[in-house]
Amino acid sequence: MLRYVLTRLLGAAVMAVLAILVVFLIANTVPGDPVLAQLGDLAASNPDTVMEWRAKWGLDLPLWERYGLFLWGVLHGDLGISIASQRPVLADIAQYAPATIELATIAFVVALAVGIPLGIAAAVRRDSWVDAAARVISLVGVSSPTFWLAFIMLAIFYGGLQIAPGPGRLDPIAFPPEEVTGLFLIDSLLAGDWDTFHDTAAHLVLPSIVLAAATIGLITRTTRAAMLEAMQQDYVRVSRAKGLRERFIILRHVLPNALIPVVTLGGIAYANLLAGAVMTETVFSWPGLGRYTFRSAAALDFPAIMGITLVVSVSTLLVNLLVDLSYAALDPRVRR
Amino acid sequence: MREIPVLEVKDLRTVFLTDAGPVRAVDGVSFTVMPGETLGIVGESGSGKSVTALSLLRLLEEPARIVGGSIRFQGRDLLAMDQEALRALRGDRISMVFQDPMTGLNPVVRILRQLTEHMVAHGRATPAEAKSRAISLLGRMGITAPERSAARFPHEFSGGMRQRVMLGIGFANDPALLIADEPTTALDVTIQAQILDLLRRLNGEFGTAIVLISHDLGVIADVCRRVAVMYAGEVVEEAGTAAVLADPRHPYAWALVNAVPRIGTPLGTDRRLVAIEGAPPDPLALPAGCRFAPRCPFRIARCETEHPPLAEVAPGRLARCWVTQAGEVLPKAGVAGFVGTARIPVATQPILSVRGLEKRFPLPRESLLAPRRVVHAVNGIDLDVARGETLGVVGESGCGKSTLARLITRIHAPSAGSIVFDGQEIGQASAAEIRPLRRRLQMVFQDPYASLNPRMRVGDILAEPLIAHGLIGRGAAARERVTELLATVGLNPAWATRCPHEFSGGQRQRISIARALALQPDMILADEPISALDVNIQAQILNLMLDLQQRMGLTYLFIAHDLAVVRHLCDRVAVLYLGKVMELAPSAELFARPLHPYSSVLISAVPGRAGRILLQGEPPSTLAKPTGCPFRGRCPIARPICETPPPLVEHAPGCFAACHFPGEFAPPPSP
Repeated sequence: MLRYVLTRLLGAAVMAVLAILVVFLIANTVPGDPVLAQLGDLAASNPDTVMEWRAKWGLDLPLWERYGLFLWGVLHGDLGISIASQRPVLADIAQYAPATIELATIAFVVALAVGIPLGIAAAVRRDSWVDAAARVISLVGVSSPTFWLAFIMLAIFYGGLQIAPGPGRLDPIAFPPEEVTGLFLIDSLLAGDWDTFHDTAAHLVLPSIVLAAATIGLITRTTRAAMLEAMQQDYVRVSRAKGLRERFIILRHVLPNALIPVVTLGGIAYANLLAGAVMTETVFSWPGLGRYTFRSAAALDFPAIMGITLVVSVSTLLVNLLVDLSYAALDPRVRR
Repeated sequence: MREIPVLEVKDLRTVFLTDAGPVRAVDGVSFTVMPGETLGIVGESGSGKSVTALSLLRLLEEPARIVGGSIRFQGRDLLAMDQEALRALRGDRISMVFQDPMTGLNPVVRILRQLTEHMVAHGRATPAEAKSRAISLLGRMGITAPERSAARFPHEFSGGMRQRVMLGIGFANDPALLIADEPTTALDVTIQAQILDLLRRLNGEFGTAIVLISHDLGVIADVCRRVAVMYAGEVVEEAGTAAVLADPRHPYAWALVNAVPRIGTPLGTDRRLVAIEGAPPDPLALPAGCRFAPRCPFRIARCETEHPPLAEVAPGRLARCWVTQAGEVLPKAGVAGFVGTARIPVATQPILSVRGLEKRFPLPRESLLAPRRVVHAVNGIDLDVARGETLGVVGESGCGKSTLARLITRIHAPSAGSIVFDGQEIGQASAAEIRPLRRRLQMVFQDPYASLNPRMRVGDILAEPLIAHGLIGRGAAARERVTELLATVGLNPAWATRCPHEFSGGQRQRISIARALALQPDMILADEPISALDVNIQAQILNLMLDLQQRMGLTYLFIAHDLAVVRHLCDRVAVLYLGKVMELAPSAELFARPLHPYSSVLISAVPGRAGRILLQGEPPSTLAKPTGCPFRGRCPIARPICETPPPLVEHAPGCFAACHFPGEFAPPPSP
């Protein structure tokens, strides 16, 4: 077991180094000149200003040298200075990431909490109304465009029924809790501030449902398919011949086997939620990485883009590592 | 006072509701099992025996449904019970063991929980009591270190061990009745012998009544006093097992008994087996009269029109046959078999000569740091095959017999050693050099469902090798040759335009043989060509292979695990263990006087015969290269000298054995 974990960790480290190289090459070979994006027309027409500006940001150095500096910086936790915000990229990311992590994690929990039971029910009561309903929910979730769903939800629950709060992480007049983790739910709990906790939770409801919609569909379908396959296995018939209750068979024999493919999908889905909240964040004015990404890309802010890409790839690697570890927990055949 | 039967089945009817109409899978089956009794149910695939077994516990799944009859367990009607009452019986008073132990255990649940959960669920034990009972059960099932084994997962167990666990699960609540559906079909003979022995012992110790379902009468004879023979959803004969084997009273039972060569019967002069032609009737359109009549060699006019009842033909013997009910006696089949000594090869130039053949398969690394592991499949085999003879190759799974065939046909390249085919070294030859030889050396595979491309028409399958070797053009010439080939293997030439899925297993195997024959080879390597087939079809295919050999002078290398068939068909036999030849001798000699202890053990493990030597344990892993005598770990007469590998030496004319003490291990008493 320990060896399995160590092997996976080593693999993840190798992948991270490769990811950094890829990130760097992509950022430095795409067409687009940050000079033109950052400097005004007047300044850009002055060669001296341009030279000075390029020297300041190290853009005059050869590619390999810049890579060396970048790698050195990454190893020291230094992702460079954002051209747009003039602040360390890491500080920017640290500021925006918690909002996204909070949103994505809640959305992920919602997706699992809805998708897995729905998938189980659809498989157990195959071809019943439950199955049909699950199919419709999945289809709607997967095929609705996020921005459309976001607007509809806001229009109905905020604009129409007025039972949900508007965009943002908190009411405009509320103060954020004292920062410990940056995750408002946790910070407000730590501060014992129930009003803020409640406010945060209420603000998370709509965006997390919108963000989770597509994932719910995927998880429901995968769970259903995996359950149906596991229910065909001989050990299920053996369990019936043992006189076990159907409920026990489903939960203790079928489900643990069916969860294995769901975990694979879950890992990919969580990584996607972390990196793919741009639409949702924009509509819900969510001060998260998605919006930061969008702004940095528009400004051709290379240090920021590289920083974000790096963080996203490393977090994807971490999620995959978690997936590998959960395999080991779920499936004894994987452990060595 | 009359004892209440454990199980009383009356007129059971189970149908499959298909789009084409109800398929009567079980059609009026009745039998009774008394406490502690053993009943076997035998029949071909599709005869309804497994559906009967599932019906007994009402474990059928859609679209199967029980539509009639009654199943009384200790006097209570199972068909009238609600689900809850039924569930209370399942796994408690009645338990069931299924065919495939590899899939019957949940891979992600520890053995212990799989053994204890139904003890706890039925309120027979607290979790702590269940645990200690489970561990003692594992011990009784013959699993070493039961305490440690209980904490393991199924994938850490071999097939034989898993079937022991399944039996442990079956006996956990000390049931009154155990239903075992082909419990040993997926296992090797020596392991099968262990499991059957265990079943017999458990029947004695626990007093549990057993219903054993199998396609193999020998297996049933090993465990069961009585047997019911099923055909097309009906019981056609029911009697003592020994009586049926000796003197069957229904023509179908007669065919079953005589289709299989018995290892105990003396060899005669004719190798052809009794094979009845045709196939079981279409269950959607059952004949009005006797269902076996269309295939029956003894039918009379009445059989075509009137459906016979199951009636007593002799005291304690029931048969569903107008002929035997009228007092007729079915003839004894001519003593089938052949004493092969007449054709023992002399020292002529062999067609195939193998020396020092080795094959290692490296496994992928488990991780970056793990050492590379190697499967030692074949570890130095020497063999000669004479022109026109049939050499049998036998051994348990993992002994390297299939690898040997794949090396000789150069599907794999050997790691070391030489293969000389008709004077030409092919062991290390390049693909281009071998190509012209391929047409002279053909292969027939085990699984006729997997070895024919489902998207090709049979005519194209047969013409393909001819065209590939440039022997024939497309068009009329190819069609003519295909017609000829189909006729040769006994198939209707008009079927050339059909696809493989339109054929039965036996017909497909005929197509496989026709494909091998297409190139007019000198030698055919047949890798378990009949093991996927029903016994009657086996007999048909074996007869076909014999005919073809006589007509075309073919040489066969016949790989099989069924020793009775090998004894019957082969001139000489090579016994393989862990990739080495243990013994190589003329068939008659080998079976009469085995020189190697492993040969003795294998022969005695064949079901349906007395005087069994039970071998402990299972073959060791092929991941380690065997040292010394590979068999010494399980050998009943191993001594320190066996650490040095015994050479394969001729001990009697034509009889080779690799053993330091040839012939010393007492052969099992010949029945």
